Formats: sequence, structure tokens, C-alpha cells
Amino acid sequence: MGTEGKAGSVVKRFTCGELVEVVTAYLDDALDEPDRAAVESHLARCADCGLYLDQFRATVRAVADQPGEQLSQPVRDRLMAAFKARHPSS
Amino acid sequence: MASFAGGALPPDHVIVSALRAGDEAMFAALLDTWSRGMLRVARSYVSTDDSAEEVVQDTWLAVIGAIDDFEGRSSVRTWVYRILVNAAKKRGLRESRTLPWSALEFDGGPGVDPSRFHGVDAGLPGSWKVAPAAWPTPENQALAAEVRGLIAEALAELPPRQRIVITLRDVEGCTSEEVCDILDISPANQRVLLHRARTVVRDRLEGYFRSVMAAE
Repeated sequence: MGTEGKAGSVVKRFTCGELVEVVTAYLDDALDEPDRAAVESHLARCADCGLYLDQFRATVRAVADQPGEQLSQPVRDRLMAAFKARHPSS
Repeated sequence: MASFAGGALPPDHVIVSALRAGDEAMFAALLDTWSRGMLRVARSYVSTDDSAEEVVQDTWLAVIGAIDDFEGRSSVRTWVYRILVNAAKKRGLRESRTLPWSALEFDGGPGVDPSRFHGVDAGLPGSWKVAPAAWPTPENQALAAEVRGLIAEALAELPPRQRIVITLRDVEGCTSEEVCDILDISPANQRVLLHRARTVVRDRLEGYFRSVMAAE
């Protein structure tokens, strides 16, 4: 990623192509401080990446909405029976 | 059972003492809350739905047998999933399906197609050539159902390790720490797998929404 000296300090910058690769780390709050600041300053001036981030978040939410198979009734019954058998007094 | 409607389980110490005391409603609640995700994860290690269900069954039997020994060094869910993953790996080995977790293999590399960004010769290297297009809000049931189906397909086609990580994180809601514990992988490895998986799913949605909007 690009760095740029400015009045003695080094400012980190991300291109759009670099930013899209750190989105998960950004959402997990796993970036170090210079990187996190660079992501936020990029997002503040790049609507395209802002949209990308929104869509990435929407994707994560949509994935959570997956239906799935439950255990079949015979297996569930067997497990409940096994649990009861271990605690015959209750 | 009714007290756990909505999937909100009580804190771990409540779960553990209830299980030890033989509380059937608590055991049923765990079965009904976690088995779905366990089946999904097990299925990535073994070759059939039936094997996956056997692995989940064996896991719960092991949990029933070992609950008195649970030491609370991890969350109950992590503990259960670790038993599951070990059982699923063994089963997968017997079925000659092994997932190498040590190497990153094809899971590395950029997630987003680099050709979507300008090259070094452009005025703004690395910027979008064509900006991502806005997505419609899936306001109607039919569209939402199609999106669900599309995501299911995309998840099924992911490399197994990516599928396992995105399932644990985004479908089951585990934290990154939990996933690292369950799978014995580093945080960096976990993140790469998750990021690749999410990027693939987002791309798939983008392609779908593009076709939907083009048809309108």
C-alpha cells in the first residue's frame, strides 16, 4: 500500500483495489491504527468504496439468513433418550 | 422449551448446571439451536448427509457423556464444536476426504478480480474502472427467497475450508476467537478464509442483481 511523506509524518493510503482486500479485517476491528485510519479517510472521500462496504455488510447479513436442515426425528428422539438414560432419576 | 424461543440461550454456567442436573428442556434447546449449524459444518468434512448426521449424533452422545468433565476453558459452544470437528475429521479420513488446514493453497490471493481496478499507468492507479452498481432492496418475498437460494449455491461451491469458516462466522454467529479455537487456525488464516468466502458470495449477489436490474 502506498505511503507518502508529509511534513515529517508518514500517511498511509489505500487504493480502492487495496481497500477491498482489508474489508473483513476492518469490520472485525483487526487492523492496526494506521491502516484503520487509512481505510476511514479513503471511505470519507470514495463513494464507490462506501457502496462496496455497504454491499459487503449486506452480504454478511444475507448469509446469516440461511435456512438449514434439522436433525431427523429418529436421531433427535435417540439423543433425547440417551440424555434421559444418563439421568434416570429426573 | 418455550423459554428459549428465539434462539437466545442462557449463559454457559446455567447451561452446564442444567445439563448436569438432567434438564431435558435445556438439552432439547441446545439440540434445536446448534444441530443445524453442526450438520452444515460436518457436511463439509464428510461425503454424505447421512454421514454428517451420524457425526452430529456421535458428537451429542460424547457431550452427554462428558458434560461432567467440562472445565469451562472455552465456551460450551466452542467445546461442542471442537468435539464435532474432531469427529468429522476422523470420519472424513475414513472416507478419504481430508482437508489440509496447514497450507493456504488456493485460498490466498486477491478476492476481488484485479482487472476491476485501474493499472499503474492510469491517473488514479488502483481505483475502480467501473464503480459497483447499487443493489435493489430485496423488498419482496420472491426476491428474498431467490437471494437465499443463490447464497446457498454459492456456499456449496466454496472450497471446504472457506465454507466452514463463513458458516461458523456468518451463519452461526461465532466470533473470530471461537472459530480459531474450534478449527485450531490462526486469526490471520481465519480472516483470509472468511474474506475470500464473503467476497465470492458478494460477487455472486452482484452478478444476480445486475441481471435482475437489466431485465427490468
